[in-house]
Amino acid sequence: MNQNSPEVVAEHGLSVEEYDTIVRSMNREPNLTELGIFSVMWSEHCSYKSSRLHLKRLPTEGPQVICGPGENAGIVDIGDGQAAIFKMESHNHPSFIEPYQGAATGVGGIMRDVFTMGARPVAMMNALRFGEADHPKTRHLVAGVVAGIGGYGNCMGVPTVGGETNFHSSYNGNILVNAMCVGLADTDKIFYCAAKGVGNPVVYVGSKTGRDGIHGATMASAEFDDDSDEKRPTVQVGDPFTEKLLVEACLELMQEDAIIGIQDMGAAGLTSSAVEMASKGGSGIELDLDKVPQRETNMTPYEMMLSESQERMLMVLQPGKEDMARAIFEKWDLDFSVIGITTDTNHLTLSHQGKQVADIPLGPLADFAPMYDRPWEETKRPTAVTPDSVPVPDDLGEALLKIIGCSDIASRRWIWEQYDNTVMADTLQIPGGDSAVVRVHGTNKALAITTDVTPRYCQADPFEGGKQAVAETWRNLTAVGAKPLAYTDCLNFGSPERAEIMGQFKGCIDGMVEASNAFDYPVVSGNVSFYNETNGVGIQPTPAIGGVGLIDDLDHMATVPFKADGEIILFVGETNGHLGQSIYLREIGAREEGSPPPVDLGVERRNGDFVRRLILSDKVTAVHDLSDGGLAIGLAEMAMASGIGATIDIASDLPAHAYLFGEDQARYVLTCPAAGVDAILSAASDAGVPTAKLGITGGEDLTLGDMARVAVDDLSDTHEDFLPELMEI
Amino acid sequence: MRSAVIVFPASNCDRDAATALENISGTKPHMVWHGDAELPDVDLIVLPGGFSYGDYLRCGAMASQSPIMKEVVARATAGTPTLGICNGFQILTECGLLPGALMRNAGLNFVCRKVALKVENTDTVFTRNYSSDQEIDIPVAHHDGNYFADDETLARVEGEGQVAFRYTNDNPNGSARDIAGITNAARNVLGLMPHPERVADTKLGGMDGAPMFQALTEALS
Repeated sequence: MNQNSPEVVAEHGLSVEEYDTIVRSMNREPNLTELGIFSVMWSEHCSYKSSRLHLKRLPTEGPQVICGPGENAGIVDIGDGQAAIFKMESHNHPSFIEPYQGAATGVGGIMRDVFTMGARPVAMMNALRFGEADHPKTRHLVAGVVAGIGGYGNCMGVPTVGGETNFHSSYNGNILVNAMCVGLADTDKIFYCAAKGVGNPVVYVGSKTGRDGIHGATMASAEFDDDSDEKRPTVQVGDPFTEKLLVEACLELMQEDAIIGIQDMGAAGLTSSAVEMASKGGSGIELDLDKVPQRETNMTPYEMMLSESQERMLMVLQPGKEDMARAIFEKWDLDFSVIGITTDTNHLTLSHQGKQVADIPLGPLADFAPMYDRPWEETKRPTAVTPDSVPVPDDLGEALLKIIGCSDIASRRWIWEQYDNTVMADTLQIPGGDSAVVRVHGTNKALAITTDVTPRYCQADPFEGGKQAVAETWRNLTAVGAKPLAYTDCLNFGSPERAEIMGQFKGCIDGMVEASNAFDYPVVSGNVSFYNETNGVGIQPTPAIGGVGLIDDLDHMATVPFKADGEIILFVGETNGHLGQSIYLREIGAREEGSPPPVDLGVERRNGDFVRRLILSDKVTAVHDLSDGGLAIGLAEMAMASGIGATIDIASDLPAHAYLFGEDQARYVLTCPAAGVDAILSAASDAGVPTAKLGITGGEDLTLGDMARVAVDDLSDTHEDFLPELMEI
Repeated sequence: MRSAVIVFPASNCDRDAATALENISGTKPHMVWHGDAELPDVDLIVLPGGFSYGDYLRCGAMASQSPIMKEVVARATAGTPTLGICNGFQILTECGLLPGALMRNAGLNFVCRKVALKVENTDTVFTRNYSSDQEIDIPVAHHDGNYFADDETLARVEGEGQVAFRYTNDNPNGSARDIAGITNAARNVLGLMPHPERVADTKLGGMDGAPMFQALTEALS
C-alpha cells in the first residue's frame, strides 16, 4: 500500500517511474519529508536531468581554469595569486510573478554563490528579456525587475556594470532575468562545499528560516499557465541588508583557518546545501532541526527542509572553532547555530522534537537521480534571405534613425542609471561599451565582462546561434583589449518534454562546443532554465553567455567613443551584406526571416587576435565590434558616445542597405591618428586580415557616402528616447 | 593627517573613502566599528556612503543612534572636521549636526550618474583647493538625496554661506535650491550627496574629487 498517493507524488513534480526509483533506492516508501527532499533534488532545476547528457560535451578545462562546473561558481586564474570567481543564474519564473522580489533575490542568490567560495563580489551583470514594448505587462515588469536588481545590488555595494536587454513577443508570458556575479579571491583562500571528516560541527548562519519559497525549485521546473499568479507565495523575499552583513561576516571568518566546507542555501534551501556538502565530502550529515533558527512557529521538518528563505549559509567548521566563528557572526548581528555534525554513514538524517524524521541514503539520491535522453528534433534550417528581396528604403537616414531608436538598439541608460555602477571605485568602463571593465583593486590589472546572445539567431538556427553567442562575448572582450579567459552560461529554453525544444537545446550546445574549442575558451559554471513557456508557447532559445577576460595592464585598454576630429576610421573584416534575421529586416522590412549570419570561427579568431594586438601596442584610439544593426549602427554608437561625427566613403558593390545594416560577423571598426594608418594596414596585410580605410572622424554629422547624412545630436535624441518614453508616460 | 572612517552595518563606501584618503594623504585611516564607544584621536572623521541598517526606518536614522555617534557629535561640535558622504550626509542630518533632511528623489528612482556641481563656498577646510564658482563633475548614486529644509532654514543656510555645492544644470533628485552639499555654521562639518572619493584617481576618468582630500591633507597634517 502506497504511503504517498499518486496525487501527492504528482504534486511534487515526480513521475510514477521516478517515484518507483525512490522506493527502490530506499527499500521502503519515503515519508512526506523524504519525498519532499527527493522531489527538489530530482527537480529539473537541481538535477539537470534533461540537460546533463548534453552539457557534458562542453569544454570545461584549460590551463587558466582552477575550478570548472559543479561547484557554486567557476574559478579562473588571473595571475599574481589571484582568481576570478563567477557565475550566471536565472530567476525567470519568480521575476515574472513578482518582478521586484524575483529579480532582487536572483541578484542575492548569485552573489552568495560567489562569496561562498571566498571571493569578494566586485561586479554584477544582468541579461534581461521582456515581452514586446507595448504588451500590457511589459512596463510593470521592466520597472519591477530594474528596481529589484538595483535595490539589492546597490545596497550590497557591488557595482552593476553592464548587461543586455531585449524586447520580443516570445517573452510576453515568460520574461528572462539572468544575473551574473564576478568576484575576486586569493588562490590560497578558496573555499569549496565538501563536508569532510566525521564529528565536525555543521553550522547554520544568516537569516532565520521562514515558510517563504517552499517549492521554488519545483516551480522553476514547470511551465506557466493562466493561473501562475497563484504561485506568488513560492517567491522568496530578499533582504540585502542581511546579505551585506553575511558577506562581511563570511569573508572575515574566511581570513581564519576554520572552515572545512561552506555552501549557500539557494534553490531547495537546507536540503540541497546539506545533500551537496555531504555528497561531495563522501560523508553523512545528521541535523537537529530544532536548532534551526526559525522566524515562524510550528514549522514542520518538511517546511524547514524545503524553505527557500534567503541570506542563509551552511558551514562545516573545524572542531573547536565554533566560539571564534560565533563571535564574528554575532558582531554582524547574524544568527549562528550549530545544527548538526558530520558522520560516516553516507546518510542525511534529520531529527525533530526528539524523533528521527528522515533518513536518506545519499548514494542512491545522487546515483539514481534521473538522467534523460529526451527525444529531440533538429530545427529546420531556414532559407537564406538575399539582399535583393529586401526593399531599399527611400531614405537611408530615416532608416538609420528608426533602427537607432528601436527597442533592441535604443539606449539602456534609463536602466543602468538606476544601478550603482561606480561603487568600489574600480569601474573603468561603465555600461554602454563593448564590455564592462573593473580594475582588480590595488593593481594595474582589470577584468572585462560581457553578456551576450542573439536569441533570434538561435531560433532560426540553433547551431549557428550557439556559436554566435559564444563568439560575440569573445569579440566584445577582445574589443576592449582583454584576453578572453572563460565563460559562464545561463541556458534559457522552453519545455524539454517537447522534441522541438530539445532540438534547439542540443543545437545551441553543439554550436557553443565548437566555438569554445576554436577559442580555447571553456565554460566554468552555468545554469539551465527550462520550462520557459506559457500555455505551450516557448520563448526564443536564449543561451546567455557571460564572458570574462583579463586586461594585464589597464593603460592598454580600448573604448568605443571617437577620440578626436580628423582621425582615420578603419574597418576590419569582411562585409557580405547578410540581412537574414537582421534588425534591419525586422524593423524596416517587418520580417523575422532567413538564416542568421554564419560565424567562421577561424576568421573570428584571426581578426580578433589582430585587433587585440593593435590595442596592446597602442596603435588604435577607439575600437567597436559590429553586431546588431551592422556597420551603420556601430558607427552611430561611436559617434553618439563621443559627440564627434564621421564621414564614410562607401566603396562597395553591395546594395546600400545590405552594406550598411548587414550583420556579418567578425568585424570591428577602429580609429587611429592619420600618421598611424600605414603601419596598421601593413600589419593587417602581414596577418592576412582584411582591413581598409573607411573614412574620417569630425564634424557634427554622421555622413554615409552620398546615401545618408544624419546629425549626431538627432541620433542621440532618438537613441535616448525609447526607454524614458516607454517607462515615464 | 590622522583620520577615522566609521563603519556602520551595510556601509559600502567605507573602503572607497579609505582608499582615497590613503592615496592622497599617505596615511591609512582608522576603520572604526559603529558599535565602539571610543574614537581614536584623529584630525578628520568620515561617515561613508552606503545603506546603513539597510535604509530601514529612514536613511541614516538608526545609524545616527549608534554608540560611536555620541563621540562623533561631541568631536564635531568641538571643531573636528567631519565629512559625511551620501549615507554619511543622511546620518549627519539625522543626528542634528546639519540642518534639513534628505527625502526620496523627486523621480522616485535610484539615480547613478556623473553630475556637474558648482563650488559655492571655498572658505572651508574641505573646499579651499577649489576656485570660487568652479564647476566640477562628481558622480551621485542614491535613492534619497532630495535635500529639504523649511524656508527659514534655507534662507539662513544660504545667508551664512553654508551651501558648499550646488547642482548646476542637472539636479538629479529635486533638492531644494539645487543644494548638493552643506556645512554647519562653523563650517567644520560637511555633508554632500555626490561621491568625491570616486573621482580621486587618474585611472577612473576624473580627478574632481581629489582637491577635497588634498585640501584636508594640507590643512590637517
